[in-house]
Amino acid sequence: MSILINKNTRVVTQGITGKTGQFHTRMCREYANGKNCFVAGVNPKKAGEDFEGIPIYGSVKDAKQQAGVNVSVIYVPPPFAAAAIWEAVDADLDLVICITEGIPVRDMIEVKERMRKQNKKTVLVGPNCPGVITPDEIKIGIMPGHIHKKGRIGVVSRSGTLTYEAVGQLMDLGLGQSSCVGIGGDPVNGLKHIDVLRMFNDDPETDAVIMVGEIGGSDEETAAEWVKANMKKPVVGFIAGVTAPSGKRMGHAGAIISGGKGTAQEKLAVMEACGIKVTKNPSEMGRLLKTVL
Amino acid sequence: MKIHEYQGKEILRKYGVTTPRGIPCFSVDEAVAAAASLGGKVWVVKAQIHAGGRGKGGGVKVAKSPEEVRQYAGAILGMQLKTHQTGPEGQKVRRLLVEEGADIKKELYVGMVVDRVTQRVCLMASSEGGMDIEEVAAHTPEKIHKVFIDPASGLTDAEADDIARKIGVPEASVGQARVILQGLYNAFWDTDASLAEINPLIVTGSGGVIALDCKLNFDSNALFRHPDIVAMRDLDEEDPAEIEASKFDLSYISLDGNIGCLVNGAGLAMATMDTIKLFGAEPANFLDVGGGATTEKVTEAFKIMLKNPKVKGILVNIFGGIMKCDTIAEGVVAAAKEVHLSVPLVVRMRGTNEDLGKKILKDSGLPIISANTMAEAAERMVAAIAGK
Repeated sequence: MSILINKNTRVVTQGITGKTGQFHTRMCREYANGKNCFVAGVNPKKAGEDFEGIPIYGSVKDAKQQAGVNVSVIYVPPPFAAAAIWEAVDADLDLVICITEGIPVRDMIEVKERMRKQNKKTVLVGPNCPGVITPDEIKIGIMPGHIHKKGRIGVVSRSGTLTYEAVGQLMDLGLGQSSCVGIGGDPVNGLKHIDVLRMFNDDPETDAVIMVGEIGGSDEETAAEWVKANMKKPVVGFIAGVTAPSGKRMGHAGAIISGGKGTAQEKLAVMEACGIKVTKNPSEMGRLLKTVL
Repeated sequence: MKIHEYQGKEILRKYGVTTPRGIPCFSVDEAVAAAASLGGKVWVVKAQIHAGGRGKGGGVKVAKSPEEVRQYAGAILGMQLKTHQTGPEGQKVRRLLVEEGADIKKELYVGMVVDRVTQRVCLMASSEGGMDIEEVAAHTPEKIHKVFIDPASGLTDAEADDIARKIGVPEASVGQARVILQGLYNAFWDTDASLAEINPLIVTGSGGVIALDCKLNFDSNALFRHPDIVAMRDLDEEDPAEIEASKFDLSYISLDGNIGCLVNGAGLAMATMDTIKLFGAEPANFLDVGGGATTEKVTEAFKIMLKNPKVKGILVNIFGGIMKCDTIAEGVVAAAKEVHLSVPLVVRMRGTNEDLGKKILKDSGLPIISANTMAEAAERMVAAIAGK
């Protein structure tokens, strides 16, 4: 098993006709079982055509009905990305992974409010994230597949390359991953640390989890409190941004200390108090994980 | 993106928010003329910079005669205004706002931000106006009242009135406060603001409710749909290095240390800065070259980092994914040659085509110090600048 996605997942790519969408669809298709998984694309103007053999449909609903997709990945440009998320949610897919960076926060507030009000069951990952990978089965997103291998460690992170860093350290120690989930760096997003930890807790093939956070918001603290009360598996953590100044956005839209809240120090302290082993040295994430196995 | 107080008030007025009458000025003569044109007997001369805390720093003065307007305008214009938000060097004042004086009976606080937990816009209000809201939140949190606004309905009359009463707006003025609160929310929503503050919102002796100050920040991801707001950008208020970096699609932020760092990815960039600190040095900047770093981008990044005279060494940390290490290595070598790099350079590369990248660095003939981990890179950097 794994969380969120596996070799039986069937994916539709929204934004398959753009440069980014095409590049990453190719990479994803080449990875593990990708050929069987990436079965559809969407573009209302190009319905009936195909991208290198992947049929293009006029809408996500059409792709669901005709190609049997249950998951969508979005590379649509920022001004149209929230509408693309809603289209996938409205088609009642199981999961939507939005890679797009730079979506206006207001658009995300609106789409999340609609999802709540209409009681939609679709799970959203992202936006502004690298995606999700279940190594040696399927990768949906922009992470390099070759740095991963199948194993029993879960990884959840708000960042892209810092997640790869954690995976690289695990690999140096011979530790594979069950699934790696990039939840993204935006302030208004889908799955949060707590949600992914819950899934790893329930996954019989995950033994322990690396949780990588960063400054801004209080999601890590909320997750840590949950871990303390519920988590049956060891969790280790790192928070990026001990040196980040207050009031400055550190690249990610959500990575900002505002009003003295959301500092790395505060998050690390809460995590530690909740029984999560933390390190202030990001080169030690892998080794720290190994100590708790 | 940030704008000035007077620009924020212009926006709020369009949404029915009452503000004092005022005129932005760029010279002392303009300030004196503005006071004459406003009329009255009392004027407020306010420094316009993007940082808060202007009053405490001496950037806001009440003038009781045209001579005082001239005197204060002369003193404030051109001064290096130091506040808790500007840093020790302060910010040069280039613009003023001259406003009519107000008869303040009560000072209240109203602010809006996007709440990440409820994923809605949050209206925060307090009876403790004029103060730093963070201090109110820390010492008397019970004095802060919040409403999480449903985007479908906006701020309702009932919610606005309830908040107004809770923060001590007199009953006769609640209707006016409602107009202001709803106007502020509508302005926030329509302009894709990320932060809005009226501090203080005042009640006057005659019961009028007026936005005496105004701070608006905007979501930079939404500026594409607000050319009118982009036009309000004041580059004098921004760090020249950050402006230069943004031209090359580099995400750069100046810091106080002496180790320049160039990294791909925001999270990894912060982790690299943290590692530098862990090994006893301080980062000079945050710099994310992004996913598609070219030789040109890397060269520009080097130039921007080296413009900072404090920089004593450069640390490059790349985790190659889609971006290949050999591409970055070529960029680093070309950049180091072009800028005739004279400070130590430590490069750590991992991921796609790592070996190829390391070979390019080694074969370049440049004194590049190689490292296998972030920690090793930071350690070697610290040793190199110490001359070991």
